[in-house]
Amino acid sequence: MSADTSSAIGPVESGSLYDVDNPAPLIEAPRKRTGKTPRATRGNFEMAAWLFMRLSGVVLVVLVIGHLLIQLVLDGGVSKIGFAFVAGRWASPFWQVWDLLMLWLAMLHGANGLRTVINDYAERPNTRLWLKGLLYTATVFTILLGTLVIFTFDPNIR
Amino acid sequence: MPAGTLYRGREGMWSWVAHRVTGVLIFFFLFVHVLDTALVRVSPEDYDKVVAVYKTPIVALLEYGLVAAVLFHALNGLRVIAVDFWSKGPRYQKQMLWTVMGIWIVLMAGALYPVLGHAVREVFGS
Repeated sequence: MSADTSSAIGPVESGSLYDVDNPAPLIEAPRKRTGKTPRATRGNFEMAAWLFMRLSGVVLVVLVIGHLLIQLVLDGGVSKIGFAFVAGRWASPFWQVWDLLMLWLAMLHGANGLRTVINDYAERPNTRLWLKGLLYTATVFTILLGTLVIFTFDPNIR
Repeated sequence: MPAGTLYRGREGMWSWVAHRVTGVLIFFFLFVHVLDTALVRVSPEDYDKVVAVYKTPIVALLEYGLVAAVLFHALNGLRVIAVDFWSKGPRYQKQMLWTVMGIWIVLMAGALYPVLGHAVREVFGS
């Protein structure tokens, strides 16, 4: 025992602890993903979500501020909005794509934001489960409803 | 509240709080807004009836609040991106917040008449 350790550690004053015959032990990087890592932490979902918030955020700044400008500021503001106004805008594929993209990005951006808020404040596992279940259900419903409305809009409904 | 909170107030924490609050408010409005727009698939009359609510003075005030929330969230969101991706972002986060607030005040002043003008005319007469 003493023969092994004395040569590996050696007196501190005489310089390096390690040499060619006694290389430094290989230390595994902390949080390195191995076969034993739990499934839930193996992917990069949180990093992807973090990046998505920034990328969708930049696009939404343009889409949403443009939307507010058209709906609330230009050409009489909110007063001009009605079925005819919606029909006029959705006659153009450009505004259909604009609104569809805005719907999807805003809903996913908001849903991920609220997921973060729930993760931060709801501490009991059951509460988190129910709040997130409600959030995901409402999000999927709203995205599907909005998409359906944009694609099946009929200006001659009546 | 969870123990061991690191933040101790000032610009960094309060902008984070405001970002959260405005984000949640905007998200809840988004649900309502998709539902009211979905009425175009029901009938033009039903849609116009609900949109008429958006034109009342009290809701106009709420719309001004929505614009305030969206503009803050958008501008501060760009600041957050700058803090994350620009090498000097963290050092200038305070200055960037005050820039955000300056632009926000200018835009809110600009939105005052377009968003609230019709409500003022309705309440006080033209």
